Amino acid sequence: MASVGIRDVRKSFGPVEIIHGVDISIEDGEFVILVGPSGCGKSTLLRMIAGLEKITSGEISIGERVVNQMPPKERDIAMVFQNYALYPHMTVSENMAFSLRLRRTENAIVTERVHIAAEILGLMPLLDRFPRQLSGGQRQRVAMGRAIVRDPQVFLFDEPLSNLDAKLRVQMRTEIKELHQRLRTTTVYVTHDQIEAMTMADKIVVMHDGIVEQIGAPLELYDNPANRFVAGFIGSPAMNFMSGHITGVNGSASLRTEGGIDLPLGAKAPDASDGRPAVYGVRPEHFVLSGEGAEASVVVVEPTGSEIQVVADMGGDHVVAVFRERHDLKPGQKIHLQPNPELVHLFDSDSGQRL
Amino acid sequence: MIDAAANENAVAPVSFWTRLNENRTVLGLWFMLPAAAFLLLFLAYPLGLGIWLSLTDARIGRAGEFIGIENFTWLWGDAVFWLSVFNTLLYTIVASVIKFAIGLYLALLLNNNIAFKAFIRAIVLLPFIVPTVLSAIAFWWIFDSQFSIISWALIELGIIEQNIDFLGTPNNARASVIFANIWRGVPFVAITLLAGLQTVPQSLYEAATIDGASKWAMFRHITYPLLTPIIAVVMTFSVLFTFTDFQLIYAMTRGGPVNATHLMATLSYQRAILGGNLGEGAAISTAMIPFLLSAIMFSWFGLQRRKWQQGESDD
Repeated sequence: MASVGIRDVRKSFGPVEIIHGVDISIEDGEFVILVGPSGCGKSTLLRMIAGLEKITSGEISIGERVVNQMPPKERDIAMVFQNYALYPHMTVSENMAFSLRLRRTENAIVTERVHIAAEILGLMPLLDRFPRQLSGGQRQRVAMGRAIVRDPQVFLFDEPLSNLDAKLRVQMRTEIKELHQRLRTTTVYVTHDQIEAMTMADKIVVMHDGIVEQIGAPLELYDNPANRFVAGFIGSPAMNFMSGHITGVNGSASLRTEGGIDLPLGAKAPDASDGRPAVYGVRPEHFVLSGEGAEASVVVVEPTGSEIQVVADMGGDHVVAVFRERHDLKPGQKIHLQPNPELVHLFDSDSGQRL
Repeated sequence: MIDAAANENAVAPVSFWTRLNENRTVLGLWFMLPAAAFLLLFLAYPLGLGIWLSLTDARIGRAGEFIGIENFTWLWGDAVFWLSVFNTLLYTIVASVIKFAIGLYLALLLNNNIAFKAFIRAIVLLPFIVPTVLSAIAFWWIFDSQFSIISWALIELGIIEQNIDFLGTPNNARASVIFANIWRGVPFVAITLLAGLQTVPQSLYEAATIDGASKWAMFRHITYPLLTPIIAVVMTFSVLFTFTDFQLIYAMTRGGPVNATHLMATLSYQRAILGGNLGEGAAISTAMIPFLLSAIMFSWFGLQRRKWQQGESDD
């Protein structure tokens, strides 16, 4: 096991720079998730750690060693690919043993390590099958087995669950997390799915357009997003944003939206900012139905069983609210939505930074 | 619409002919008919006729009578026939092995990211698109006993003192026609294998890189096994084409010198058309069938196993 250091790493393809100086430090044994929309550079960054892409500038280290010039096989890493990349002409056990065979490891040791990994992943009955005889989830497990067998310093996962159906994805999420708790190997995991990031990570790195937007523990990103991008990306359904300007700084501060609705700011209002334009952010789950909140009219009601999701029109802005209690709401009905002023966020309307 | 049809049914029962034509199996047979007729007329009939001729004493201008396997027993004792069998096997085996080696090498080379890739790929195909007789005539000149450019160049370089008699001595002639065949056959092998190489997912190579495979190990453990189905197809075709080659030999040496380059196809032509012994020529051609069948069976069984191993969907 080892820590991973990424210092001012940049990557250009021809004249186009797609990663603009990224700094991340990953502790020994940590489960770090790089998350962001497609094209944000997260997979490229992972491939640079693996050594599949050259580093244009900056430095990547694994443990004590700077690995910029080191070929992948010397980096002591293992990688799980999105499409699994299993060797189709080899059985499950041959797939898992391949890296050890290349190192001319003794037969007995190879068998033993393959069996240990297969035991952990429940692959024992499948060892003689070929990849095409396996289901998606089983292939995914073989890909992980191939990584475990090598007992590497760092595991790299590149969107490993994207090809699985929704139910299996949830199940594999738990399995991967369990595996990490058991092996405690430093893990870097790339995904575009913020739920995967929230549920599995010790630390999340949110990336966007080749830069790091914020690094932090899942709940820290949820509670204190550094900017509007992170606020909108983390959490589902996404945070509601309403632009307007700040009023009543000296009394009870609020934000007046373009639709003329006053939303309470609580203690969030920055000093001396009366009339300043800003973006108000409130998570769907931080609304309560009350008699005195902002007036809104129900547009769509979406019950999921465990909760009820309401899309409402609030002075021209569409807002989403989620309630755990069951309310009998009809489209067109007038309701009053009261945001919890302690849990709202305020962002600069130009830079998107948190105020 | 439905009502109208129902009424019609009620009034007049559908005729046997109409029902027959609406039967899916019968309809299928109808659709197959053009292709079947074509195959029967241009493939099965000539093949059958050839085999029939080999059992007769037909000559040009005279329909033969059935003589059983007399043609074959005669060929069994014919040294020239056995020489042509030897030549054909030598020609096929040597040319196919070398075509495979060079073709695979070229395919691997062209699969890399090199400059002017499309252009070079087009160039590689050139020998394949030139008409065989044209390239045979070019080789005839290249290997000419007096005007050979190879002899000239070697003499100018001071390596040899007098012209090489490429097509005049048995072993030189064999080597020369094999060389020409290789030159002509490599593009087919190379381009087909290249197509096969491009179906191997890049992620397998990335996984192997991380697993610690060297370039050679990747070829040995990934490229080659995944390419075997295509190799089997390509080499079957290559062997079939080489074994039945006629044009190149006939344009370059006509089987000479002293029958040293006679293949079964050229010998058959010589005896049947030039010599007029249709029956005997047909027997030589028929004698090729077992060889060709065994080549086909070999690749057939080779392919069966791979199919089971590999499958079409791997992600």
